[in-house]
Amino acid sequence: MSVLVLIDYNGDILDEGSLSAITAALQIDSEVDLLVAGDNVRAVAEKAAKIKGVHKVLLADSPVYASALAENIAPLVVKLADSYQAIVASANSNGKNIAPRVAALLDSQQISEIITVVSPDTFRRPIYAGNAIATVQSADSKKVITVRATAFEKAKAEGGDAPIEAVDATEDSGLSRFISVDLQQSGRGDLSTAPLVVSGGRALGSPEKFHELIEGFADRVHAAVGASRAAVDSEYAPNDCQVGQTGKIVAPEVYIAVGISGAIQHLAGMKDSRKIAAINIDPEAPIFQIADIGLVGDLFEVMPALIEKF
Amino acid sequence: MKVIVPVKRVIDYNLRPRVKTDGSGIDLSNLKMSLNPFDEIAVEEAVRLKEKGIAKEVVLVSIGVSKAQDQLKTGMAIGADRSILIETEENVEPLNVAKLLKAVVDQEKPDLVIAGKQAIDDDSNQTGQMLAALLGWPQGCFASKLTIADNKIEVTREIDGGLETISLNLPAVVTSDLRLNEPRFVSLPNIIKARKKPIEIKKPEDFGIDITPRLKTLKVEEPPLRQAGEKVESVEEFAAKLKEWGVGA
Repeated sequence: MSVLVLIDYNGDILDEGSLSAITAALQIDSEVDLLVAGDNVRAVAEKAAKIKGVHKVLLADSPVYASALAENIAPLVVKLADSYQAIVASANSNGKNIAPRVAALLDSQQISEIITVVSPDTFRRPIYAGNAIATVQSADSKKVITVRATAFEKAKAEGGDAPIEAVDATEDSGLSRFISVDLQQSGRGDLSTAPLVVSGGRALGSPEKFHELIEGFADRVHAAVGASRAAVDSEYAPNDCQVGQTGKIVAPEVYIAVGISGAIQHLAGMKDSRKIAAINIDPEAPIFQIADIGLVGDLFEVMPALIEKF
Repeated sequence: MKVIVPVKRVIDYNLRPRVKTDGSGIDLSNLKMSLNPFDEIAVEEAVRLKEKGIAKEVVLVSIGVSKAQDQLKTGMAIGADRSILIETEENVEPLNVAKLLKAVVDQEKPDLVIAGKQAIDDDSNQTGQMLAALLGWPQGCFASKLTIADNKIEVTREIDGGLETISLNLPAVVTSDLRLNEPRFVSLPNIIKARKKPIEIKKPEDFGIDITPRLKTLKVEEPPLRQAGEKVESVEEFAAKLKEWGVGA
């Protein structure tokens, strides 16, 4: 039986995490269908149909799905689930919100944030903030799975020509209502998928210095901006910049940690980066134990000099 | 209104867990155990609702070993009124936790459940959503702000790229994110007072719920270790290395 992947998108841009989820789904079964649910989203479905390796795109186009309310999307997925052995979503904020609701309605124990498909019923996933990797085998006939985007290559957005099939919309649950959304407009690209991330910690000491030294450097080298929990708690950076166990999980080509000591929770969010560079005043800071290159120094002296070099 | 807060006993968040050498799991012996940080935030939020006069009673529910009473006492020291411990030595998966919680909700009939968004041991991030599904209630996940008025709850949620605000009919399930509040420092008199608050002990069988796991853990292993690299002496060397990696290209 085939696999259904829930597709996330922003405007008519496909979410990159969904592309990784498709790659994971194709490792479970060669027949992968996609579900695009939303209001006026045929353009998204058309893009999804071009993704390489896709069998069919299901399009649920209705105002009911406008803001991806879990109460409305979950019944739709459950209605479609009969034909599938697995329901797969990216472990982004929509996937984390919707997938467990689907799993409970299907009486299935979800497998969260898989990093490896070992076989169609066996998966590897990090636990304890990534300090351990568990290999788990599911006994459920219908599996619900979320996928850690950084662990799978993105499916190619071109090369496919899948048919689009409209599906009937389910009814509005009437339980919840969208009010507003406030998206940070940084123009620096998505932190979760950026190839280069510059992150700052509490050592920056103020929002002004964070802006000048971290955002300033990030803009110079076209990087996304991350932050430690301490920096976010101190309001140097917005919440959605937080990298760590309970924030964003990133694995860029290069991760530059500035004034971040490297608490377990932070390392959990970035230690799979291909290259790690760290600047810290404390030579004993744990971040240096995983950094490929380290510079011990006062960031207030180092960063202006570093910015000059680029 | 009545608020239920499910709480979990987990490894203290400052500690690094050790993987058992036989690969069968995590060795938690002699490690400090604490209230799951997100659950502590959930308890704090419920207690604040009580202090504002919105909630009348705050009830904690934990599913776990007998010693989870310690974490229930911590929650009651924050200000929860009473607790229910569903005692078991078994590892109870999120779906089964949600089923047990549903059974408690059916009996207690709360207007609101505030759960932590994620337990820091298995990192599943499922229980609140599953409970909402089983109850047929709306869910407000990853909440950073709650406002209750006119039998509705407005939840500001932390989502990728920013914040989203939704309105839910009550009863509802909300899960707490880190910045919903900053839990108070628990004072000694409140710790002593909490010792007298009731903890009702139950068993999963009392609710007629089968907690047999669906997932079989075949192996638990350490992640590949990263080697510490080199330390450089100057900004010049540091910048040169970054350029070698393609930064600023």
